[in-house]
Amino acid sequence: MTNVLLITFTITLLYLGIAHRLLTYIKILAFQGILLFGIAFIELIQINAVNLAFVLLETVVFKTLAIPLFLNYVMKRNRITRDAEPFLPNFISLIIITVIIITTFILSNAIADSRISKIYFVVALSTLFTGLYIIVTRNKIITHVMGYLVIENGVFILSLAVGNEMPMLVNLGILLDIFASVFLLGIFVNRIGDVLKDVDVDQLRNLKD
Amino acid sequence: MTGIYLAGAFAISGLLFFNRKKMLNDLLVCLFLLLQISFTVYEYLHLNRTELNYFTADSLAVLLLITLTIISIPAMYHSNIFLSKNKDNPRHRAIYFAATVALLTAISAAYLSNHIAVTWIFVELTTLSASALIYHRRNNRSLEGTWKYVFVCAISITLVFIGILFLSFTLQKAGADDLSFAVLLKKAPELNLFWLRLAFIFIFTGFTAKLGLVPMYTAGIDAKDKAPSPAGALLSSVLMNVGFVAIFRFYAVIANSPVHSWASHVILVAAILSIFVATVYMTKVKNIKRMFAYSSIEHMGIVMLGIVAGGIGYYAAILHVVFHAFVKSSLFFQMGQVYRIYKSKSIYDVGNYFKYNLTGSIVILLAFFSATAMPPSGLFISEFMIFRSLFESNYLAVLVIVMLLLTVIIWAFGKNVFKLLFSPAIDFKEDGIEKINPAESMSQFILLGLVVYLGLNPPQEFVNLIQGAIKNLPH
Repeated sequence: MTNVLLITFTITLLYLGIAHRLLTYIKILAFQGILLFGIAFIELIQINAVNLAFVLLETVVFKTLAIPLFLNYVMKRNRITRDAEPFLPNFISLIIITVIIITTFILSNAIADSRISKIYFVVALSTLFTGLYIIVTRNKIITHVMGYLVIENGVFILSLAVGNEMPMLVNLGILLDIFASVFLLGIFVNRIGDVLKDVDVDQLRNLKD
Repeated sequence: MTGIYLAGAFAISGLLFFNRKKMLNDLLVCLFLLLQISFTVYEYLHLNRTELNYFTADSLAVLLLITLTIISIPAMYHSNIFLSKNKDNPRHRAIYFAATVALLTAISAAYLSNHIAVTWIFVELTTLSASALIYHRRNNRSLEGTWKYVFVCAISITLVFIGILFLSFTLQKAGADDLSFAVLLKKAPELNLFWLRLAFIFIFTGFTAKLGLVPMYTAGIDAKDKAPSPAGALLSSVLMNVGFVAIFRFYAVIANSPVHSWASHVILVAAILSIFVATVYMTKVKNIKRMFAYSSIEHMGIVMLGIVAGGIGYYAAILHVVFHAFVKSSLFFQMGQVYRIYKSKSIYDVGNYFKYNLTGSIVILLAFFSATAMPPSGLFISEFMIFRSLFESNYLAVLVIVMLLLTVIIWAFGKNVFKLLFSPAIDFKEDGIEKINPAESMSQFILLGLVVYLGLNPPQEFVNLIQGAIKNLPH
């Protein structure tokens, strides 16, 4: 069951590569939240109940509901246009993300470690690099934040791989999640939207040498 | 005591945040400084004691804690001058001091922590509080600086977390589930090499955002430029030391494992690239504060070369970190006065500083000699020891390249500083410029004097602390 969920998660990455509208990105992030909820539930069922409830609550309330709603609000408030504005055509994005997945797949075969299931490693690393790819090739600041949220999801999957033995690390991951998202989005909503008229990374090119 | 300190300092930070009266604000800041000093003294007297499970006052922590406390006093003093000159509104003043106190506390806790995850948490907190300082001026450019700093730090903190996860994979195999540095040191020889390499790459890359080495140094430059000068002094001295502590402690673990020489080569590449990048930008940069920031990058590169070379290099690296913190913070403190006279940081708008502020220009001149590591500066001694260790460990090519780059850096640094001090500024209106009180430069003289004194005649306690800090590394 976990494998099915993880593979579905990988498919969402491919969808992310060809999505045009920001609204689609937000929906994908929400869907990834649900998938993470499922994975966390199956994987961490053995750890103590309070901790489990905390993890599950975070995936459902925070990842699936709060962040997508908040991103939606940010878009409306700052009147961000709905197009994602990638530098590269979607077809090339699709190819590059596929290459990322295949490369991590091959890389994972180098691991001679029976205690870590490879599928976690593959999915987590490909999510990580897809997130970085999205940050690099999209033009809007809000898509940078979304790319960062994708990276966070990848890190969460990786922390689930050791979740049973070290629940502390899963909690730390959640802490990072909340810290970074609230913080990045907080600055975004409160400041950048007010100060800059057009929310584009080109606006942030004043500081240089 | 650690518990009292953390609770007390965060409480003071909270009170500062909600308080709007200037009197009470000053009182709270003094209270914090008292707390900081007594905490430092306590930790020095109780060396190697563990408190609250996660905080150990080992030699390295205590040494850097003393450095932090020494720098924090003038930092608060100059912040006070900065804020009263600018007539900021009470809310901004409250946020500024609350953030400074939170930053200093988080840095102290990060020095003391003996657990890699706890270090990680407090490094995260430093990002949070530093960003409030960078955003202090509340304009377009400071917003840009803050955004870049937060974003790059968020990504690098994620990278560190991934590194910690990889570390935990291999640690489980070795039959331990505690990520404290002591356990890591003990288990280091048995860890799986593949995971250990991955962990090192991720953790090193992540912490370079704080230390200011090649992959992630960019955010720090903008941050130091945009933050007010006293805050910039903290960011370019004690905050960089946080990155150093984190990397150094993890490097001590790596040094006891089979991947030691591989890790040293990774650091060597990062260090040389850092010095190279610093050289390129130093010759090009027109903003004095950014030039100081690039000079920090160069010094951190030299420190890392010392770590790579080993032997006497370990000792010299720690010495260099401490001295660099003193010198760079006094340069930044002095920059606040320069800005008050010329209302600009650009090298084109400043000049003839000797005429307008004699004491200040002497500080700049002395700090320039110190920062470029000319005798009698302590940095000369540490840099000389680092070069000697490079020579002894047969890194001759590296030594030649670094020396050439350093020559260019001294030339570029000197060109800008002498322009500031001696050449007359074009179109500068002399009437109505502020008269700077010479007493404001007092703290810089003390810091620079300390560098000379500790370099030429280090007290035995100081030497013992450094020796204690490097005892886990193979000799």
